Amino acid sequence: MNKKFILGIYDDEDVLLTAIENIRAGGTKIYDVFSPFPVHGIDDVLGIKRSRLPIVAFFAGLTGMSFALWMQIWMMGFDWPMIIGGKPHIALPSFIPVTFELTVLFSAFGMVITFFIVSKLKPSMKVNVFDKRSTDDKFVMAIEVKEGETDVAALNDLLRSNGAIEVNEKEVVK
Amino acid sequence: MTEERLIISRKTNNKFFLMIAVGVVLLIAGIIFMAAGGGAGHGEAAGHEPASWSKRLFVNLWLNNVYFTGIALIGTFFVAVQYVAYAGWSVLIKRVALALNYFLPIGAGVMLIVFLFGGHDIFHWTHDYLYDINDDRYDPIIAGKSGYLNTAFFLIRMVVYFALWIWFSMWLRKEAFNEDLNGGTNYYHKSIRISAIFLVIFGITSSTAAWDWVLSIDTHWFSTMFGWYVFASWWVSGLAAITLTVIILKQNGYLKMVNANHLHDLGKFVFAFSIFWTYIWFSQFLLYWYANMPEEVIYFTERLSGNNGQYAWIFFANLIVNFVFPFLVLMTRDAKRQMIMLKIVTIAILIGHWFDFYLMMMPGTLRTDAGIGFIEIGTALVFLGVFLLAFTKGLTKASLVPVNHPFLEESVHHHV
Repeated sequence: MNKKFILGIYDDEDVLLTAIENIRAGGTKIYDVFSPFPVHGIDDVLGIKRSRLPIVAFFAGLTGMSFALWMQIWMMGFDWPMIIGGKPHIALPSFIPVTFELTVLFSAFGMVITFFIVSKLKPSMKVNVFDKRSTDDKFVMAIEVKEGETDVAALNDLLRSNGAIEVNEKEVVK
Repeated sequence: MTEERLIISRKTNNKFFLMIAVGVVLLIAGIIFMAAGGGAGHGEAAGHEPASWSKRLFVNLWLNNVYFTGIALIGTFFVAVQYVAYAGWSVLIKRVALALNYFLPIGAGVMLIVFLFGGHDIFHWTHDYLYDINDDRYDPIIAGKSGYLNTAFFLIRMVVYFALWIWFSMWLRKEAFNEDLNGGTNYYHKSIRISAIFLVIFGITSSTAAWDWVLSIDTHWFSTMFGWYVFASWWVSGLAAITLTVIILKQNGYLKMVNANHLHDLGKFVFAFSIFWTYIWFSQFLLYWYANMPEEVIYFTERLSGNNGQYAWIFFANLIVNFVFPFLVLMTRDAKRQMIMLKIVTIAILIGHWFDFYLMMMPGTLRTDAGIGFIEIGTALVFLGVFLLAFTKGLTKASLVPVNHPFLEESVHHHV
């Protein structure tokens, strides 16, 4: 199914930020904004909620810590007890470095894998570039056109009155 | 940008004086109590003479002085780091750190006096008989260290450290205050050069000062991690002190332009360096514990099972208060942006690291006679009161906002 988008092209980030605010305040839903560099405060004006990735990191880290401790206690204490350096079989201080490393490893991998899954990022992914200039020196604001609902002419005026230097239409093949 | 001048009311000053007065009263009560024989009831070990009240007093003075001097010194260190890193975010809170070092001259005086009068009580190595080969008590190990550990060189080092620290603190302060008056970027560039030199000096002196003032208490023992360890403890306490002061000033209507973003960065600093301290702590502990060599592991034995095990609870509380608590509480972003959370954690860290220094000094000096009594609380209160008097006086000396700092604008719009 094809989707149609109206693209507002901006060349100034301050104008863009006010435009986003005004357009969203007017009740128009913005599909996404593409920018060549991270713009401070754009998450807030776009109403993007904070990422929940840190929660994943915490629980992945907790898993890694538990796994490391369980592994070492089971191996060194029960499966094949060995006396090393005259220490008890289960000598916690000597387990700490491995525990630390596995905690970091699990939380890092957990975050990366979760990020790939959530953002559906995979080698076969097809990326629709709305306007190639958004990788150079322009900001591109995409608004989805719903057949029969969206008034394209009004949207055009709205974008232009909010500082868009150009308004284009683009059809995206899903 | 407008100037912001801190006004310390008579009422606030009286509170500090009251703190000192209460401390003195507790101290006197504690001394009378001990002199009358009430406080020294654990002399049960054969041939063990309980430590006198004067020894306990000197050790406490030393403990608090090293702790507060460290925090004062961190003020200058923090500012120097910000200059050298070309940091923009911290401009609004720089003056708080710069005022911490007003305690340094007091710390220098107290340290000199305590060493001259109580040196024998604190440092075993100061006794002449250890170096006399004809004496029964001759100690070849300590005698072998006499090239470095001797009273004259110790005093020279102490004077040099303080002279350098105070000189550089005053120099940075002078540049900052002149910048307020005259503007321009010359003062800023000059401050960067001063800071760079100071950081080199600090890197060496903070380490050697830690050996002199803390490590040499346990004269036979040695640790290559020790300079780092004391630095880490000072650094995280200093960061906690800066954060806490910023919050208190903000809650009293000052530092209007400081917002959650600046607190967030301070919170990250406190969070990160409480982990750093733990890393150093563990790096030191693990190797000694693992190798288990008597002359090395004695340090930890004294703090765990030795001395009737009386230090064991502090040993573990140290890790819980200074690592587990800040780690779990400050982990989320929201916690680092909330004043109440930061306040709880920084106060815990400040108390926790006082106990960290307590644990470094008491087992080597008072052994089984240490405790937490009137003398400990009294001395700590007196020092806190004096420190706050010097610190707040320093804060009133100039505008809280460095009005002509080239990165002020960046700091005002700081966003994380």
